Amino acid sequence: MLDVLTLVTGVAALLLAAWCGWAAYRDQPTKDWHFIGIAVVSALALIQLVVGVVQLARGEEPDQGTTIFVAYLLGAFACVPAAGFMSLAERTRWGSVTVAAGGVVLAVLEVRLYDIWGG
Amino acid sequence: MVATQEKRTGQRLIGGPGILLVWLYGVMVVGAVSRSVYQIATEFDRAPLAYSLSALAGVVYGFITYTLVRGGERARRAARVCCAAELVGVLTVGTWTLVEPSAFPDATVWSDYGMGYLFIPVLLPLSALYWLRRARTA
Repeated sequence: MLDVLTLVTGVAALLLAAWCGWAAYRDQPTKDWHFIGIAVVSALALIQLVVGVVQLARGEEPDQGTTIFVAYLLGAFACVPAAGFMSLAERTRWGSVTVAAGGVVLAVLEVRLYDIWGG
Repeated sequence: MVATQEKRTGQRLIGGPGILLVWLYGVMVVGAVSRSVYQIATEFDRAPLAYSLSALAGVVYGFITYTLVRGGERARRAARVCCAAELVGVLTVGTWTLVEPSAFPDATVWSDYGMGYLFIPVLLPLSALYWLRRARTA
């Protein structure tokens, strides 16, 4: 369950990054559709956070320790919304670049999460 | 947030590409600080030098982020000095980890020029210095 969610969130994050990168390439700020995409990826990360905590509560142990696992879950959850809010403040192509960077960072976090959980 | 920035007489440092720099520095702050706090709290004796350097890196990143968000001429100068210091730090620690790996039983944020962080640690100060240089003339 968690592994699938990690994969889906990672792929969604990369898609979001590509989409916003495309917007930046065309010299456009993030628009409503982008924010819906940001919301979808954020929701995925939130679900992942909840599922991860439930798994811990059931007594399962991440390979590399509970503290690191929870820290990465929180980081993954905060990553894309934070970039989204920054792109609200910067209504140029650079706002789009920031969201694209946020997507890439989230994808990297997902890879780390996979390792930490020991999938 | 926008209103308070316009009230200040100094120039904004987070307009345009600056927002990307703030974002990446923010990520590095979270990464370096949380990592070093955890490692210093749980296994400091294993690699004291590496963990202390990570903590130092986190503090430097935090200060640069703050100066970028604050804006103005003094903040710009302070940020430039810190970015230069950061660059020197990355290059020194990066070379140090390659020349004498035995001094580092565990990795720091700046090990191998920040390879574990997609080389962002070495690319960030370069682009930040370039940006802060241009911000003066803009």
